[in-house]
Amino acid sequence: MRYLPLTDEDREEMLRKIGVNDINGLFADVPAQALLKAPVDLPPRQGEMEVERIMAEMAAKNLSPSTSPSFLGGGAYRHHIPATVDYMIQRGEFLTAYTPYQPEVSQGTLQVLFEFQTQVALLTGMEVANASMYDGATSAAEAVMMANRVTRRERAVIAGGLHPHYREVTETHAKYLGFEIVSPEPNANGDSMDELISLIDDKTSCVMVQTPDVFGNLYDLTKIAEAAHEKGALLIAVNTEIISLGLLEAPGNQGADIVAAEGQSIGNPLGFGGPYVGLFATNPKYVRQMPGRVCGETKDVEGKRGWVLTLSTREQHIRREKATSNICTNSGLCALAFSIHASLLGDEGIKRLARTNHANACTLADMLAKVSGVEVLNKTFFNEFTVKLAKPAGEVVEKLASKGILGGIPLSRLFPGNADFTNMMIVAATETNTVKDMEALTAALKEIL
Amino acid sequence: MSTIKFTKDHEWVSVDGDVATVGITTYALEQLGDLVFVEVPDAGKSVSVGEEAAVVESVKAASEVYAPVSGEVVEGNQAIADDPAQVSGEAGSDGWFFKIKMSNTSELDGMMNDAEYDEYLGTLD
Amino acid sequence: MSDMSQGRTNVPVAGSQQPKTVTISGSKGLEFDEPLIFEMGEEGRTGVDINPVEISDSRLGGLTRKENVGLPGLSEPQIVRHYTRLSQKNYGIDSGFYPLGSCTMKHNPRVNEKIARMRGLGDLHPLQPQSTVQGALELIDTLAHWLKTLTNMPAVAMSPAAGAHGELCGMMAIAAAIKARGENRTRVLVPESAHGTNPATAAACGFTVDSIPATAKGRVDIAAFKAKLGPDVAGIMLTNPNTCGLFENDIIEIADAIHEAGGYFYCDGANLNAICGRVRPGDLGIDCMHINLHKTFSTPHGGGGPGAGPTVLSEALAPFAPVPYVIHDGNSFKLVEDVNEADGVPFGRLKGYHGQMGMFTRALAFMMSHGADGLMQASGDAVLNANYLRASLGDILSVSFDGLCMHEVLFDDRFLKDTGVSTLDFAKAMIDEGFHPMTMYFPLVVHGALLMEPTESESKETLDLYIKTVRGLAEKAKAGDAEFFHDAPRHTPRRRLDETAAARNPVLRWKPQ
Repeated sequence: MRYLPLTDEDREEMLRKIGVNDINGLFADVPAQALLKAPVDLPPRQGEMEVERIMAEMAAKNLSPSTSPSFLGGGAYRHHIPATVDYMIQRGEFLTAYTPYQPEVSQGTLQVLFEFQTQVALLTGMEVANASMYDGATSAAEAVMMANRVTRRERAVIAGGLHPHYREVTETHAKYLGFEIVSPEPNANGDSMDELISLIDDKTSCVMVQTPDVFGNLYDLTKIAEAAHEKGALLIAVNTEIISLGLLEAPGNQGADIVAAEGQSIGNPLGFGGPYVGLFATNPKYVRQMPGRVCGETKDVEGKRGWVLTLSTREQHIRREKATSNICTNSGLCALAFSIHASLLGDEGIKRLARTNHANACTLADMLAKVSGVEVLNKTFFNEFTVKLAKPAGEVVEKLASKGILGGIPLSRLFPGNADFTNMMIVAATETNTVKDMEALTAALKEIL
Repeated sequence: MSTIKFTKDHEWVSVDGDVATVGITTYALEQLGDLVFVEVPDAGKSVSVGEEAAVVESVKAASEVYAPVSGEVVEGNQAIADDPAQVSGEAGSDGWFFKIKMSNTSELDGMMNDAEYDEYLGTLD
Repeated sequence: MSDMSQGRTNVPVAGSQQPKTVTISGSKGLEFDEPLIFEMGEEGRTGVDINPVEISDSRLGGLTRKENVGLPGLSEPQIVRHYTRLSQKNYGIDSGFYPLGSCTMKHNPRVNEKIARMRGLGDLHPLQPQSTVQGALELIDTLAHWLKTLTNMPAVAMSPAAGAHGELCGMMAIAAAIKARGENRTRVLVPESAHGTNPATAAACGFTVDSIPATAKGRVDIAAFKAKLGPDVAGIMLTNPNTCGLFENDIIEIADAIHEAGGYFYCDGANLNAICGRVRPGDLGIDCMHINLHKTFSTPHGGGGPGAGPTVLSEALAPFAPVPYVIHDGNSFKLVEDVNEADGVPFGRLKGYHGQMGMFTRALAFMMSHGADGLMQASGDAVLNANYLRASLGDILSVSFDGLCMHEVLFDDRFLKDTGVSTLDFAKAMIDEGFHPMTMYFPLVVHGALLMEPTESESKETLDLYIKTVRGLAEKAKAGDAEFFHDAPRHTPRRRLDETAAARNPVLRWKPQ
């Protein structure tokens, strides 16, 4: 086996040193009836070429968004990733290192995390950020649980426009920890901030609002932040398209206390939904209640600046059942990809990228609005909006797929059972979409509708 | 004149009338290592014996300081919250955590004196 | 006071007065002193070429950003150099021996990276019509089949994103099963040697944690365990092989007892590498176990993640598996995403979309490369390597528990008694010798733990050099050269760092001067 360096001679010599006769002798503590005598019923070892072939066969059965006009968003976006990103993250010293618990031999990862935390803080307009969470949905759920700890309250008000997966993850935790979730019905035309404000009472720990929301609508958070703070509650701002913050006002500048976001759009491929990188930012006064790992600056014995993982007393290996969260991993390599791409972009790049996304989405919206049987619902959007079709969106999307076009996400996929949404789909355009792509979509829709 | 008592949880209790001043012992400090964070209770909080009253953290350990007696917190030591290095294992020193106005002084009866605490430490690993 | 961990110094010990190499630039040969990107950026520079576009703000609701983000401007060559230099300050499994106990740092084959990036896998959108991702669903189903076969378990929840997330999945399934039975069981038994995530997970599911002591042989004290059983016990969370690197001999008896008491058996699968392909957890009576794909099946640790923690479930727990999951209806694969569409009664959803697909691809490639026979050989070699370390170091270090170990071997700090050298000092000295340190101060059941896990990836030559080095350092410590250890490491980009200062006044981001 190509990955195993021991030779049979090595094994024999080592067994002699240990004082057992054969490999099975090493498993003497295993109850005899549970020790297998022969390999399990799975295929035998295969060479690299054979494995590649099997996987390529499975890959060939899928419709690749790289080779087809694709307008899918819904919290996961196709963006161009500079070649430098994927090259750098495959350097073995980054790729194959463990969590940087030994700071003297992990300054590379640690400095990256410190830079990442700063980039996330700058983008979100917050003071501090952690070293990342599993994904945007888990960030959002952790944000609610953190707000519950900070306020010692157990009632979360959640906007109807929150991505349904984010809501479901939060609800799963609520079920087990016993906190309450209050929420208006989702509305593709957008949440009413006044209605949300009316739901905040003095038992409310937080209000969670996504902007752009899952339908693409944008919100000014200033007023709801004030209303939340008046009742002693925190405002959690959710963002599923982080590139939007190259163009839109940062939630931190609108009064958010916690920002929970998905960072996939910067540096990370779609990858059929994971691994992604959850972003989590807050204010310094809450930092000891913040979940997840965090890297901090310090000095070594020679007085040189260096970095360490810090505030680890919040974590499980010390706090055990009293830890702030059970999460003990971050999305390290995805955070590295995010950080490298964000470094390549810089201020000018993120601004231009965001503007290109918005411009392309505007072009697409204008083109689709001219198709009979298509109505664009949004008054505001960044790079994604909702359209109402003359036919059930699920069927339309399947027909588009049969023409090799990934046209949008039917809302019935995200909100199953909601009859109001049957004919609606969300459509996204990024810098990767050409006018030719858009023409293909509009032409196909004209045929189908 | 105050009396000094010790608990098995490595707290020192300095009793003056019905007010108990509570800190953690040198042994506890050595176990924790350098402290980096301290949270003390607000005045007016009522606590019962054994209840979590303060939090103390070093780089690699976190711990609760339990109320050794029941009563009402009359003061939390803001000086150690601002600078955890000021925490002192010396009983009766300025490095205390909180003061409790005791509701039941008989709770002091089970505690150890200086010599008994030393003996207790000797039984530990 | 409560929960005190073993005291150990984290403040750097003052270094001895060795002559320092001073250079003008601050760099030393191949070791570069690298500033932060924020200290290198200039306005007007960029690492991407994107043409400016005119936009109208009529659809932005007056919400445009007023100020610049503040990201530094850097060109592509500067970026490449920056991250190359940073990478050189890291120790990876590619660099050398990484015997970090309980972390399973094994070789990460590059073909897995290549496959994960294939067109049609790495670029799929998670919400494409299911008819367009049949190959991806087949891949998930194939991996699920391998995991179920290797563990002899009937079901697997694929979505958990990491080991601790898989723990959450398992414990939530247990809580749901108990609720479905109309019972109220609130207590979970956790051995004191457990990973810290176990009690944290139990608490996150609303359970209270009751600790079980270990015996002098490093196993669960079965009498104490049985004495704690009762009608309020929801289950036990047991790591097997346990964190001392030992197989729990009484595991079948433990499973029978917990089941008899009406509870469930959660097995922490962190140490699956010891038994993969040789012992099937389903044959031991467990009800659920997470599998760290980033350990046993070699998806790269990536400096702290991402991981993946699929969780196998018994018949009793399978109906409660979270959404989404893949089924095959005879003609095609189907992803069940809607709770109401499910056959069972899913307890909910754990993350966005369908799981860590990029990790699934890599793990399946790793498993297929090994095959059933190769996986059996790999766990055998992992256990052989660990026992070789035990046999070769047992006389000079202090082995915590007698007898054979599994894939990792636990030592404690008795061999350092009265030397003035701590476990931490000893580990830091290993760094200067070119090795990554072993796991220190875990598990908590012994004093000053040193936990070594060599994995199957190491050659005998590497192990022999490591053994020679550890022996040499142990002799040096015993000879009284404490100063040497207090000074270590000397040959690293940074020497010991002041963790106390970092935690007292947290500086968590760069700010302009």
